[in-house]
Amino acid sequence: MRKVAVVGVGQTKFSSAQEKTGVELFAEAAMDAINESNLKPGDVQALFVGNVLGDFSEGQGMVQAFITDNIGAFNIPANKYDGACASASMALRDAFMLVASGYYDIVLAGGTERAATMGTPLATRTFAMFSDSRYEYPCGITFPAVFALLAHLYARKYGIPLERLKEQMAAVSVQSYRHGRFNPKAHLHKEVTIDDVLSSFMVSTPIQLHDCCPFSDGAAAVILASEERANRLTDRPVYIVGAGQASSGPLSSQQDYLPRFRAREVSAKQAYDMAGLAPSDIDICELHDCFSIASLIAAEGLGFFDFGTSGQAWQKGQADIGGRLAVNPSGGLKSKGHPIGATGGGQVYEIVRQLRGEVEPERQVDGARIGMTDTLGGDGGTICNIILKRGW
Amino acid sequence: MDYKLTFKEYSQALKENRLLGLKCRQCTTITVPPRMVCRKCSSPELDIVGLSGQGTIETFTTAFVAAEGREDEAPYTIVMVALDEGPWLMGNLIGIEPEKVGMEIMGRRVKLGHQVFTGDKYSAGEAARPIFSLED
Repeated sequence: MRKVAVVGVGQTKFSSAQEKTGVELFAEAAMDAINESNLKPGDVQALFVGNVLGDFSEGQGMVQAFITDNIGAFNIPANKYDGACASASMALRDAFMLVASGYYDIVLAGGTERAATMGTPLATRTFAMFSDSRYEYPCGITFPAVFALLAHLYARKYGIPLERLKEQMAAVSVQSYRHGRFNPKAHLHKEVTIDDVLSSFMVSTPIQLHDCCPFSDGAAAVILASEERANRLTDRPVYIVGAGQASSGPLSSQQDYLPRFRAREVSAKQAYDMAGLAPSDIDICELHDCFSIASLIAAEGLGFFDFGTSGQAWQKGQADIGGRLAVNPSGGLKSKGHPIGATGGGQVYEIVRQLRGEVEPERQVDGARIGMTDTLGGDGGTICNIILKRGW
Repeated sequence: MDYKLTFKEYSQALKENRLLGLKCRQCTTITVPPRMVCRKCSSPELDIVGLSGQGTIETFTTAFVAAEGREDEAPYTIVMVALDEGPWLMGNLIGIEPEKVGMEIMGRRVKLGHQVFTGDKYSAGEAARPIFSLED
């Protein structure tokens, strides 16, 4: 396998409902990534793009083909990925493998979504399509409800009184909001306290409004290049040193592992093994905090904290900038936003800019050398992990 | 290879309050919801069996925000039940006010009934769903 580097990244602002099309959003992010890479659209050999709900949000399928034409990467092969919220990370992993294998030298990957455009009722309906349509959706399962089921399981399995767990979950949201306030591309810029979280609207017991990420519109794009090409394009390549992906069945089929996700642990092990790294080597992680409880479950599944203890870690600042590792300095899905097909691209965008030392000083992780992404689709049906390392 | 127990057949039986599952000829594990192969050993040698419909609540939530077209159903309680035969099954809990369901419900014994979700424009037709109620 050849070494593969990220040589350019782009991201639109993640936002509430807006009027640009999914193609327009991705084109903006893509051109920023291409320009930053000192390339032209015609240099791109293939496109891999996550887009999950374009047919519901704007009546648009097959965005990948239209994007190639729109940005002037004429007639290149283009693939669309649907791994629910993990789609862009799937796209990036495939792009990585095809550059590593020697098949392509320059690939554009990322994602675009208009989740906010759908409005809450339709977004809630379509997100529930990532649960089992026949055996689970008839029960009225929603995305918050999935993680609410896990929150109660978590409390019981680890013997944490629910009130204490809810304070730990609130601490996760407060930290994410605090970082997102300094991210100009974040969807939500709010100062939120523990009391605000605990007094917010109840969505699905025990998950309240401020435990949930928003539905967002947005796009993110990344240019991957072979080491040889990267060295000619930039003096600050960020190498992808590990990647993993794994699948699981419907929620009930995961009974032996819940509230842990087996797919995450399989995927993360692939990524760590490929990189020759351990959880203790990670300086910064953008992990999939679709709900506050999801952060606790993710941080443990990735090996950062012992099972049942990550809530305490958040409360002690161990998951904050300056702590054991910095989790979601972008504001995470909670504050930065969650345009589902683009989310994994947004995570890589953040890690690359952190490793280059380019983000706002209030949320810059000084000296970060190794970063990791964690992206979860559905009820753990698809999970991807990518490890990135500074190349200078 | 024919699919042993399709959703349609499972749903039809559930409408008669009969919960069907699959028993593995190789390892005797019970699989439900049904699939092509045994959930433990992946053997496709399965027989359709009737299940008791009794079990224990493993986890729960009361949903206050429903999906498009189902707003009138909220609030409602969703449970995951460990059936006495082993597998977990998602269903709804009735017979207790959704707002009053708390952690103390975990571990309680339940028995099975059913309701029919009539489906919406995105569903491929109706679907019977498990409805659980407390045994005592």
